[in-house]
Amino acid sequence: MCTMIMHKVGIEGFGKGTQGWFGVNQANVSYDHPFHAPLEHALNIDFVDEAQGPGARVAVELSAEAARSLVQTILAVLDEAESGGHLAVNGNQ
Amino acid sequence: MYQTDMYEGMIAETVMIAGANGDLINAYYARPLGPGPFPGMVVIHHMPGWDEWYREATRKIAHHGYAALSPNLYYRAGHGTPEDVAAKVRADGGVPDEQVVGDLAGALAFLRAHPSNNGKVGVWGTCSGGRHAYLAACRLQFEAAIDCWGGRVVMAESDLNERFPVAPIDYTPDLSCPLLGIFGEEDHSPTVEQVAIHEAALKKHGKDYEFHMYPNAGHGFFYHNRPMYRQAQAVDGWEKMFAFMAKHLG
Repeated sequence: MCTMIMHKVGIEGFGKGTQGWFGVNQANVSYDHPFHAPLEHALNIDFVDEAQGPGARVAVELSAEAARSLVQTILAVLDEAESGGHLAVNGNQ
Repeated sequence: MYQTDMYEGMIAETVMIAGANGDLINAYYARPLGPGPFPGMVVIHHMPGWDEWYREATRKIAHHGYAALSPNLYYRAGHGTPEDVAAKVRADGGVPDEQVVGDLAGALAFLRAHPSNNGKVGVWGTCSGGRHAYLAACRLQFEAAIDCWGGRVVMAESDLNERFPVAPIDYTPDLSCPLLGIFGEEDHSPTVEQVAIHEAALKKHGKDYEFHMYPNAGHGFFYHNRPMYRQAQAVDGWEKMFAFMAKHLG
């Protein structure tokens, strides 16, 4: 725990873990030591359902640059979907 | 030093020990076979958890003649792979210092109580474990302590909270034993400047310590399974550790 930079956000969705798909209700976003990425610190996102125990986790570890690029891309995709009227069609707006 | 005609044997297993508040937690216990006496060593895992590297390190210390005990400081977070459990602890903001000190007091008592103990117990950890080793050496009575790149020994006032109410450096007047510190110049936590602040506090309070700051090394340069591994610095660091342990615990 060397930076202790960690935020939690409630979400709705599904993730695919080692046991298949499961519902996730929280994303834990940290900038701290990764487990696998070859970096001293990484932007780590864990999609979890804490009620199912520590194993209910889908993890990604990104460089800061990759994380910023991902955020921009997600927003761009959502903007495009919104301008195309797709968010309303799916009842997600 | 090991000679090829020596008998050698070791047992390594999971045991249960009493930790903070008398809670039972598990621990990995590796020790040489035979009656001893053996010095004890509490081995404190790093932020990525009670993982395979720490099992290897615990056995390495036992190979060098120590009864080594590595408590699972994340026991209360539940069970799963070490990474999944460590991710849960990361999400919860880390383990509280008071709980860690209680768990390490339990590990210390376990080693001291063993009939093969030679009356001496040291403590060592890396990363968050290095910080915990320093904290334990100030709050408990050990005979030697080793802090490898423990970040957040020096803490800003704004980083203190319920889990971390006191910066470990503020316990320096209470440091109970000689201290070895091993650091890398390229580390971001602790930085060279933070290590210098720590060293100044040790000097100010007349503590017995030796610090080694390695060039061309950053955080975690002993970890042979990670890209931060630095072979020459790691070999030298391990040698300094075992020399320090032999001097103060042998």
